[in-house]
Amino acid sequence: MAVTVEQMAEEMYEMIKEAMGKKSFKATDLTKAMIAKYGEGEVSKDDCKHAIRILIDSGRCVYSYFGGSFITLPHKEGAANE
Amino acid sequence: MADETKKTPKLDELEKGPWPSFVKEIKQARKVNTMCDDLLGQLETSYEEKKGHWKHGGIVGVMGYGGGVIGRYSDMPEKFPKVAHFHTMRVNQPAGWFYTSKALRTLCDIWDRHGSGLTNMHGSTGDIVFLGTKTDELEPCFAELTKEGFDLGGSGSVMRTPSACVGQARCEWACYDTMKLCYDLTQTYQDELHRPAFPYKFKFKCAGCPNDCVASIARSDMSIIGTWKDSIQQDDAAVAEYAKKGMDIQKDVCDNCPTKCMSWDGKKLTIENHECVRCMHCINVMPKALRPGKERGATILIGAKAPIIQGAMLSSVLIPFVPAAELLDTIKELTSRIWDFWSEYGKNRERIGELIQRVGMANFLDAIGLDPVPEMVSAPRDNPYIYFKKEE
Ligand code: SF4
Ligand code: SF4
Repeated sequence: MAVTVEQMAEEMYEMIKEAMGKKSFKATDLTKAMIAKYGEGEVSKDDCKHAIRILIDSGRCVYSYFGGSFITLPHKEGAANE
Repeated sequence: MADETKKTPKLDELEKGPWPSFVKEIKQARKVNTMCDDLLGQLETSYEEKKGHWKHGGIVGVMGYGGGVIGRYSDMPEKFPKVAHFHTMRVNQPAGWFYTSKALRTLCDIWDRHGSGLTNMHGSTGDIVFLGTKTDELEPCFAELTKEGFDLGGSGSVMRTPSACVGQARCEWACYDTMKLCYDLTQTYQDELHRPAFPYKFKFKCAGCPNDCVASIARSDMSIIGTWKDSIQQDDAAVAEYAKKGMDIQKDVCDNCPTKCMSWDGKKLTIENHECVRCMHCINVMPKALRPGKERGATILIGAKAPIIQGAMLSSVLIPFVPAAELLDTIKELTSRIWDFWSEYGKNRERIGELIQRVGMANFLDAIGLDPVPEMVSAPRDNPYIYFKKEE
C-alpha cells in the first residue's frame, strides 16, 4: 500500500478544510477522490472507510445533514439557538 | 410545572370527536414537563399563521454517529424558550416491537430525565421516536440508553433501522424467522446504520408472508417477503366445515382469487397450485382449512420508496425464492453488490429504486450479476406496435 490510512485521513481532512463553506463532501466523494489519486490496486474502499472513521472518532470531523449526509468540520450551526 | 398554560383555541378543535388526539396527550404531558407548554404555544402560532416555525439543524448528534439524531430549533426562541432546541432522537426498536413493561418504563424514565417525555411509538421506519430535547442532553441520554442495552437508530444517508413483522413469534403464517433476520441484519450492518456512506437512505423490511404487515413492498428499498414454493396445505374436512357453516366458497374464495386458479364443485375445493401467485387471499379467508406450503423461504424485492423527490414506487422482484436457511447469506452477498453499484453511480438523494429507473432494470441486473427471470415481469407486454408474423 502506497499510503497509510492515517495519511489518507489527513488528506481527506485537508480536502474538507479547504472546501469548507464552498463544497460539502459525502463519504463516497472522499473515497472516490482517494481511489482516483492512488489507484484501485493501492487503496480499497475499506481503507477509505477506516480513514473516515479515524476523522470522526477523533472529533476532527463530524457528520452533517443537509438533504443528505456530509462530512464537515465541527462548527456552530446557523440554525442553533443559544 | 407551568402555572399558566398557553391558550390554544385552534388546537383545541383537534381534541373534538371520538378519535385519539395528540393535542390531548401533549396537554397531559405539560402537567409534568414545561417544554410541552411551549410546544403547544408554538404549534398554535403555526396554525394561526399557517407557517412552520422549526429550523432544522445539520450537525447535532452523538460522538461517532452520523445518524439517530435529527436537529430541530425554534425560530421563535424568545417567545418559546423551552423549545429553543427540540431535537428528535431515534432509538433502534426491538425486532417485532416486543417489549417487556419494564423495558418500556426504562425508556420512558430515560426520556423524562433527558427530554420532553413525548414519544412516538413508532416512526414510519419503525424506530422508537423520542421527541424534543436540548443539545446538552444528547450524550447523557445516549449513555443511559446504551447502558440499558438500547442503541440509536438510523437517520440521514444510512441503512435505516431494519424492521420486521412479529413473524414466527406470534404468527402462524410466517414463512421464515423475520425477527432473527431483522436482528442479524442490524448487527451485520452496524457501520452502515451509524456512519452515513450512501447516496441516500436504504431500508430493509422483513415480512413473514405476502400479507406484508410491515408494508415492505411499499416502504423498503429491499423487501424480504416470506413465501412458499410447493402447494398450499389443504384440509378438505375443514373446507367442508366452512361450507357447512354458510361460507360461500365460490363467491368469497374462488371468485376473489387473482389468477382464478381455484374451483369449487360444492364438495371439493381444487387449487391449480402452479398458477397460484401466493397472494394469501384464500388462506386469510379460510385459515383453518388452508395454510402456506411446507417448503418455505422468501422473495427478495428491490426499489420501493414513499414519495419524496419522485412519486411512490413499489419494489420489484429480484430473486423469486430463497430457502429460509439461506436468506441471510444471500442478502449479504446481494446487498454488497447493490451498495457498490449504488455508491458508484447513485446521485445525491437518489434512492436505489430511482437509480434502477434511471439506468434501466436490465443494466442494473447486469451490474449486480443477476440473470433476468420470468418472475421479475409483473405483467406480459401488451404493446400493440409489436407484430408477429404467422411463421413465427
Ligand atoms: S406479514 Fe404475514 S407472517 Fe408477518 S405478521 Fe403479517 S400475516 Fe403474519
Ligand atoms: S393464494 Fe391467492 S393466488 Fe394462490 S390460490 Fe389462494 S387466492 Fe389464489
